[in-house]
Amino acid sequence: MQLTVWTYEGPPHVGAMRIAAALTDVHYVLHAPQGDTYADLLFTMIERRDSRPPVTYTTFEARDLGGDTADLFKTAARESYERFRPAALLVGASCTAELIQDDPGGLAQTLGLPVPVVPLELPSYQRKELWGASETFYRLVRTLSAPARTEEAAPRAEAARRPTCNLLGPTALGFRHRDDVIEVTRLLDRLGIDVAVVAPQGASAADIARLGEADFNVVLYPEIARQAAAWLARAHGQPTVEVPPIGVGATRDFVRAVAAVAGVDPAPVLDAEAGSRLPWYARSVDSTYLTGKRVFVFGDATHAVAAARIARDELGFTVVGLGTYVREFAREVRAAAAEHGIEALITDDYLEVEARIAELQPELVLGSQMERHIAKRLGVPCAVISAPVHVQDFPARYAPQMGFEGANVIFDTWVHPLMMGLEEHLLGMFRDDPEFGDGRRPSHLAAVEPTDHAPAAAAVAPAPLPGAPGWSPEAEQELRKIPFFVRGKARRNTESFARDAGLTFITVETLYDAKAHFGR
Amino acid sequence: MSALPALPGDGCDAPVLRERGQREVFCGLTGILWLHRRIRDAFFLVVGSRTCAHLLQSAAGVMIFAEPRFATAIIEERDLAGLADLDEELDRVVGRLIERRPDIRLLFLVGSCPSEVIKLDLGRAASRLSTNFGHRPRVLSYSGSGIETTFTAGEDACLAALVPDMPAAAPDTAPRLLVAGSLADVVEDQFRRLFADLGIPVDVLPGRSGADLPAVGPATRLLLAQPYLGETARRLEARGARRLAAPFPLGAEGTTAWLAAAARAFSVPAARFEAVVTPGRDRARAAVARHRATLAGRSVFFFPDSQLEVPLARVLHSELGMTLTEVGTPYLHRAHLDADLRLLPGDVRLSEGQDVDRQLDRCRRDRPDLVVCGLGLANPLEAEGFATKWSIETVFTPIQGYEQAGDLAELFARPLNRRDRLEV
Ligand code: SF4
Ligand code: SF4
Repeated sequence: MQLTVWTYEGPPHVGAMRIAAALTDVHYVLHAPQGDTYADLLFTMIERRDSRPPVTYTTFEARDLGGDTADLFKTAARESYERFRPAALLVGASCTAELIQDDPGGLAQTLGLPVPVVPLELPSYQRKELWGASETFYRLVRTLSAPARTEEAAPRAEAARRPTCNLLGPTALGFRHRDDVIEVTRLLDRLGIDVAVVAPQGASAADIARLGEADFNVVLYPEIARQAAAWLARAHGQPTVEVPPIGVGATRDFVRAVAAVAGVDPAPVLDAEAGSRLPWYARSVDSTYLTGKRVFVFGDATHAVAAARIARDELGFTVVGLGTYVREFAREVRAAAAEHGIEALITDDYLEVEARIAELQPELVLGSQMERHIAKRLGVPCAVISAPVHVQDFPARYAPQMGFEGANVIFDTWVHPLMMGLEEHLLGMFRDDPEFGDGRRPSHLAAVEPTDHAPAAAAVAPAPLPGAPGWSPEAEQELRKIPFFVRGKARRNTESFARDAGLTFITVETLYDAKAHFGR
Repeated sequence: MSALPALPGDGCDAPVLRERGQREVFCGLTGILWLHRRIRDAFFLVVGSRTCAHLLQSAAGVMIFAEPRFATAIIEERDLAGLADLDEELDRVVGRLIERRPDIRLLFLVGSCPSEVIKLDLGRAASRLSTNFGHRPRVLSYSGSGIETTFTAGEDACLAALVPDMPAAAPDTAPRLLVAGSLADVVEDQFRRLFADLGIPVDVLPGRSGADLPAVGPATRLLLAQPYLGETARRLEARGARRLAAPFPLGAEGTTAWLAAAARAFSVPAARFEAVVTPGRDRARAAVARHRATLAGRSVFFFPDSQLEVPLARVLHSELGMTLTEVGTPYLHRAHLDADLRLLPGDVRLSEGQDVDRQLDRCRRDRPDLVVCGLGLANPLEAEGFATKWSIETVFTPIQGYEQAGDLAELFARPLNRRDRLEV
């Protein structure tokens, strides 16, 4: 048993729902009790979807157990087919149905429906949402994908035709998937490459069937599409490009990789004037203050690894922590962490993440909505880089994470929660002016958290921990001269320094010793 | 006592449409979201699956607290495969929890579909743990599973679990009123003032602390503040409490009749009753009247959600002049809803249970001006052109009593007002 307060991922059948809801004409019959319908509201409320997700819940009750739950499933499957007339039917069990072992796949086969039925085996007590999405997409592609054509029947490399690829991985409830697809499609177009099918988002069963026709596959989100792409590579001999173009460097890598596979020249895109503004913004003098800011990165593997690279190579931060909640991708994240000279945090326990952030005391947290809340409590600025998603992660405006425009969006969203460089100086200069007293917060903090910004005092003067060393009045006085927005950190650092040094009393000396100790 | 006002109405014998199919409702675990805020020293530990944890998190929405007083012990493969002893695992998880949260005085082990299906005996586990901890915290159990409970029925199960622990009232005590059902603090305080002014001694269930439970016995007069407490009422009645028949305290007239039921049981003189309720009732009538223009003559359709549907329909119909198309409820407790049902028009379409696709078909045929439904249906129906009111707001917003009657009306008027404003 695992004690859980908040979870990064839902159960695997929610992953299957994300695939079903992404597709245009596939229905999912889920053997589940009534309460599991809560998952619908993720789609209708968080994503503001204007239609119900295409899912029928069989709604068995206690009194049905040991009786006719199998019949209930068959009725639900038959009626859903008749009502929705999908081009394919996904069938499976939720955590409770898994325990009653009705075999939805077998039951659905007995109905003799005139469309493909894809049985899903998603072990709810071992696996989670992203695995469920990946497995569902893979099963669907395997079942629906047309048999490989012989070369004579469909010669692939006609000289006159632009190369084509599929974009694999975008789903319902994905972090900025909607805009990433647009951005990557534009980028590919500038390279002279056409997108054949985007899947699962917006694809029909017929589109899935023709995935094998493209020249190659682009995996945008490996957590969801790597498995399906590997199968397509085997079955149709399609090469795979798996270089998520998040950040300027990764986008350039992506351009080179697709150009190589497609046999086109990457130079026009790589050398174009209209790249990202990020490189110049990072070099402009106002960004000097970003140098060496200590960042903690946590998210799904793809976004976390990409964010760490951007943080270090494109903004000049220091990555002090890197982790993921996706155990299936622990290897990739460990490798990336090693490159940053740190140890990866692989956990889905939110309390562990919180403890690590508190211990590392970063100056910026890049994480999911969960880390946003942790950061808010600890008084550390935060930008969101990954699912699990929140209604705020579906902005009305165009806000991709991928491609050159994505890098622009990332520069803005990460730097905004931090103090602007010039402003940091001004605050320092005027800190003793009465008009500019401790009650003033940088205006951007209120802008980021309009609804629930913590009282400024919480971030400024945390209650001393039990057993914390005492402060001499002079040291307290000196502490007050430090700008209020870093004072909380100075206090914590000094106290932890004093504790480690076995001091019970903090003097002005201790304060400056600590500053020297922690200073860079 | 005949001078005390009773609500008129000659009953609604409309046939009830009972449906069986896909339901679009929460399970009883959801009740934890308000119960944990209500009983401030209680912790709710769901013994269930990742789905249950995800449900709580999704229904809690943006309200992510530092460490809420609820959590899920997620059953894993090794527990099911018999590699781990479930009792030992539970002891370990609860031990860790109590260590972290020594402030907890009352711990609920909350059953879920998976724990029910594998027949995990949480009642036995609760009494074992309670003894182990020397009753600090006291450990109780109930089921909030979706195979047994729908949304608010979780509160019923929780309160019913408290009843056996309530002390017995001495046989010769003077009658006391027991108000059962979670109310917002502000509403509870208003009612307490009114009962004090009426000279009626009152207890509430649940109280703000799980540690002090009111006594119950033959002198207890039970007044339900919520319509979904079938099992709780049954257990209280089994311990001697006498339930006072009343409509639920929604709207100006519902609140008056609810208070009057108590006044009658405690022989409050009619003049005193009038003097006590008149200021609040007048304010409530005026506040409700402000929304009549928006709502009167318009039609409303209720999808089943919280069991509050019948009393809400009564307010919308009799105090705000709305036309009822269908009033769906997950469970129709005829006895408890009797007074409210009497005030519904005879031709109303009542439905119990759900087949959501068929119900959506009926809704589209009825073309109501306002649809009251859950969060899974609201945006899709808006996209089809319907004005909707999220039913969950009627559970999380204080709507009972005189001072909230206007807010209640406004909840339903807002979606219609909003449509009038928007020009895009
Ligand atoms: S319906 Fe059952 S399995 Fe689903 S969340 Fe509720 S208790 Fe858990
Ligand atoms: S909003 Fe205020 S604090 Fe934020 S960047 Fe602009 S000037 Fe600076």
